[in-house]
Amino acid sequence: MSKMTKLALALLTATALTGAAHAQDKAQDKKVKIGLIYTLSGPSALLGEQSRDAFLLAAEKLGNKFGGLDAEIIIQDDEQKPDIGVSKAQQLVERDQVDFVVGPIFSNVLNAIVKPVTASGAFLISTNAGTSNLAGKDCNANLFVTSYQNDQMHEVSGKYAETQGYKRVVLIAPNYQAGKDALAGFKHSYKGEAAQELYVPLGQLDFSAELAQIAADAPDAVYAFLPGGMGVNFVKQYRQAGLEATPFLSAFTVDETTLPAQQDAALGFMAGSNWAPDLDTPEARAFTTAYEAKYKRVPATYAVQAYDAAMLIDAALKKTGGNLEDKDALRQAMKTAEFTSPRGQFALGDNHFPIQDFYLTKVVKRADGQFATSYVETIFDDYKDNYASECKM
Amino acid sequence: MSEAATPSLGPVSSSVIDAPHVRPPLLAQSAPWLIFGLFAAVPLLALATGDSFILVVATRMLIFALAALSLNLIMGYGALVSFGHAAYIGIGAYAVGILSSYGINDLLLQIAAALAASGLFALVTGYLSLRTSGVYFIMITLAFGQMAFFFMVSLSAFGGDDGISLSGRSTLFGADLLRSNLVLFYGVLGVLAAAFLLMRMLVASRFGRVLRGTRDNPTRMRAIGFSPFSFQLTAYVIAGMIAALAGVLLANQVQFVSPAYMTWARSGELIVMVVLGGMGTLLGPIIGATVFILLEDVLAHFSEHWKLGLGLILVLVVLGSRDGMSGLARRLRGGSDV
Amino acid sequence: MLNLFLLQSLNGIQFGILLFLVAAGLTLIFGVMDLINLAHGVLYMIGAYLTAAFAAMTGSFAYGILIALPATLAIGIALEVLVFRRLYDRSHLDQVLATFGLILILNETVKIIWGSAPLSVPMPEAFSGSIQLMGNLRYPTFRILIIAAGLATALGLYFMVNHTRLGMLLRAGATHGAMVSALGVNIRRLFMIVFGLGAMLAGFAGGMVAPILSVDPGMGDSILILTFVVIVIGGVGSVRGAFVAAILVGLVDTLGRSFGPMLLRNLLDPAAAAQMGRTLAPMLVYILMAAVLYLRPTGLFPMGGGTR
Repeated sequence: MSKMTKLALALLTATALTGAAHAQDKAQDKKVKIGLIYTLSGPSALLGEQSRDAFLLAAEKLGNKFGGLDAEIIIQDDEQKPDIGVSKAQQLVERDQVDFVVGPIFSNVLNAIVKPVTASGAFLISTNAGTSNLAGKDCNANLFVTSYQNDQMHEVSGKYAETQGYKRVVLIAPNYQAGKDALAGFKHSYKGEAAQELYVPLGQLDFSAELAQIAADAPDAVYAFLPGGMGVNFVKQYRQAGLEATPFLSAFTVDETTLPAQQDAALGFMAGSNWAPDLDTPEARAFTTAYEAKYKRVPATYAVQAYDAAMLIDAALKKTGGNLEDKDALRQAMKTAEFTSPRGQFALGDNHFPIQDFYLTKVVKRADGQFATSYVETIFDDYKDNYASECKM
Repeated sequence: MSEAATPSLGPVSSSVIDAPHVRPPLLAQSAPWLIFGLFAAVPLLALATGDSFILVVATRMLIFALAALSLNLIMGYGALVSFGHAAYIGIGAYAVGILSSYGINDLLLQIAAALAASGLFALVTGYLSLRTSGVYFIMITLAFGQMAFFFMVSLSAFGGDDGISLSGRSTLFGADLLRSNLVLFYGVLGVLAAAFLLMRMLVASRFGRVLRGTRDNPTRMRAIGFSPFSFQLTAYVIAGMIAALAGVLLANQVQFVSPAYMTWARSGELIVMVVLGGMGTLLGPIIGATVFILLEDVLAHFSEHWKLGLGLILVLVVLGSRDGMSGLARRLRGGSDV
Repeated sequence: MLNLFLLQSLNGIQFGILLFLVAAGLTLIFGVMDLINLAHGVLYMIGAYLTAAFAAMTGSFAYGILIALPATLAIGIALEVLVFRRLYDRSHLDQVLATFGLILILNETVKIIWGSAPLSVPMPEAFSGSIQLMGNLRYPTFRILIIAAGLATALGLYFMVNHTRLGMLLRAGATHGAMVSALGVNIRRLFMIVFGLGAMLAGFAGGMVAPILSVDPGMGDSILILTFVVIVIGGVGSVRGAFVAAILVGLVDTLGRSFGPMLLRNLLDPAAAAQMGRTLAPMLVYILMAAVLYLRPTGLFPMGGGTR
């Protein structure tokens, strides 16, 4: 036998052994197994880290007991690739036999893993992505969402632009599905003129061309949906292009994951959100303080949504008295679970998407030198998404 | 042609023949049996351990092995390094996604569409690309791959970047056979075995000898009256079509189709799989893909910084040996590396 | 309209110059050592991170970049001695595999040291404004600085390649490597110098863009592909080719993005034009590359020497 085949044989045996090791410990009962699936490598890893850290913070706060059950938490990295996400999700539900899968960050990964997770009987709690199909026609009894429906964050700025009486707004987003949804969401609540709709290639570095176009157009305001590194680049280049006087509205473009790089360049920029670290509630203060103390960074909306996923599981299991077997009872308990979110008002609608308040936030420099978003005003109160009526569940 | 002396069937290319420790053909021929036999036994392992996830990983290995095998035809035997090969996986996957969104779930129809679309794409881009060679070929194939990627990203009608979630797996004559992971696994294994045999035939045939001759000495091939272009183009089209087949299978396994299958990073990973396993050997890409996916899966268990480990392994494999894992194995076995 | 066109052209040139700074080192390394270095983008990232770190330490962007330059040079030389030196006589694909591995290692190392959050490099006060060029055409001062730095680098490289002994060896090495070493030139040292120089150029580019671009662990990957596009269009090994190609790519990308949709609107109805413009914009650079390579299979300025 050649070395080559020996090697392959050894590797296959190794898989078998890890498999067997995993298979052994599944007989343990009276334990809740939770799988986290987040993007933890690559350029967007920070978002996944924020979520994971907040979930673990919640687990720590609960003494690692969810509804009285000891928890085993398994963390997986989806690498921001849908097929890897599916593979990891299948690993969680088939090998680890988890009761809950929590995650992911990105819409395309969510769309890909909904079926394999929910078909296995496990519950999927999406803590960031919330696509319109899953809120509406493709809603799923075993899917719960603690974040938002994707359009909503954009509707906040649209509504604000409308009430401010801005006549002409330039909209800019990457040319992909979430970008198109974003601009549609903004226009849903903004009735003025979209002076220009700029779609830029995904991952574009330099925005000088678009900024020159915007400056030439002299709009009343700019609305930007440029997540991650694109947002950092755009914001850093914004003032330099002579746009300092033009109001900057956004979603996912200035938040606690990008502000460490944007800093002063983003001061005063506005964003629609369901969270601000300085919300004036005891839960928000406690959460922000604990998170910052432990992880040395300011929690963004990704963090608080994952934290609430843990609280949701805890509250539901308390209701069922730790019963994981009766799925219908557990589902009902999750739907009606009561806990106080750091975000304030929070409940789940019939389509398992949240009904919550949305805020306008503004970038400030805090007394300790950190940059963060800060609550300005509540734009929507107990706001339900636009697709809930399409959901037949 | 000196290649005529190569044993007509063995999974050995002329470059392996150079090693002083040539194995007897009998043993060399047993290697594929062993690999495929081991894979065929994987479901037993899954059954014995009660861990059905093993089957999922193994299926994924086989699918990427198929894609790597196809890339190896042009890379290993034709010295044509395609940096846009993931586009074909995407075309195959989208053939499934788009047809099924129109209610056409028949596997054979989907495969036919995938082969036709990928064949056409390969024919056109291959025709344009083959004017260049070496690193220019790498980059022009990247260009076409990127065009295909950005096209799918902006194709709103089919989900764009959000992708298409399939309602189920493809059907065969109306029967929902592939629903079972086990059937899918053996189906994929069968396709891989068939592709392997096809490759073996191709490589050993006159076509394969000309292709290798073109790789080793294009001037001589031209001098003795062969036009490398048509041979290279044929190989390029066949490779694209087989990769599309891998795409059809991937879409079926994951039940989801998205442009993420066709990024340049994916194309890079395919190249890495082929080089890792050892180019220009028929089993190399299969082993490379298996090892790569296994590493991804196993290393991720240890640390979130697992990519550091993967990087170190890749660098050490190259520094430690030529010809990837198979070269390393040869060296461990005591054979000379040079 | 004319003003906007001039402004966008300037933007395109500035983007091109940025690409040139990264591409110059890559094409030198490729041309002289025949080495495909996928890890070149990572060196650009390291330059940006070091600039960010030193700027934070010293409180000055200028000091930051001045200290980052020798630091990236040192890192480049260290990598050359540890890894790249062993790759020169290997096949291109072995080089691809090893340097792909290096990308993973260095990206992850940066993440371990600095975390995955993007870093901030404040814009130096003196260059934070914009200046009037002509009429009411204003342009950010820092971008003019980038253009100036890029042009100075291009001139310096031109002088070095064409008028110094090192340059003579480089040109000779790129076309007749074996001959040069046969003539008793210490080829190992030459390679080490070229590699260190290339790394430093990439690091310089990373440092220069740190105030206007996101400094994050993925920044090297996003520029790598564009850099390869540039050197291939220009003709591998040709610094002059890289310069022309970089400006060409910058202009096509920027002008195509901003004026392409307008042109399309004359041909199609507005909705179709918008859709088409969006689909084509990210492809423009690749269409350009495919067209150039179809017409000139070895780039615009092919180096002599037959096989390359």
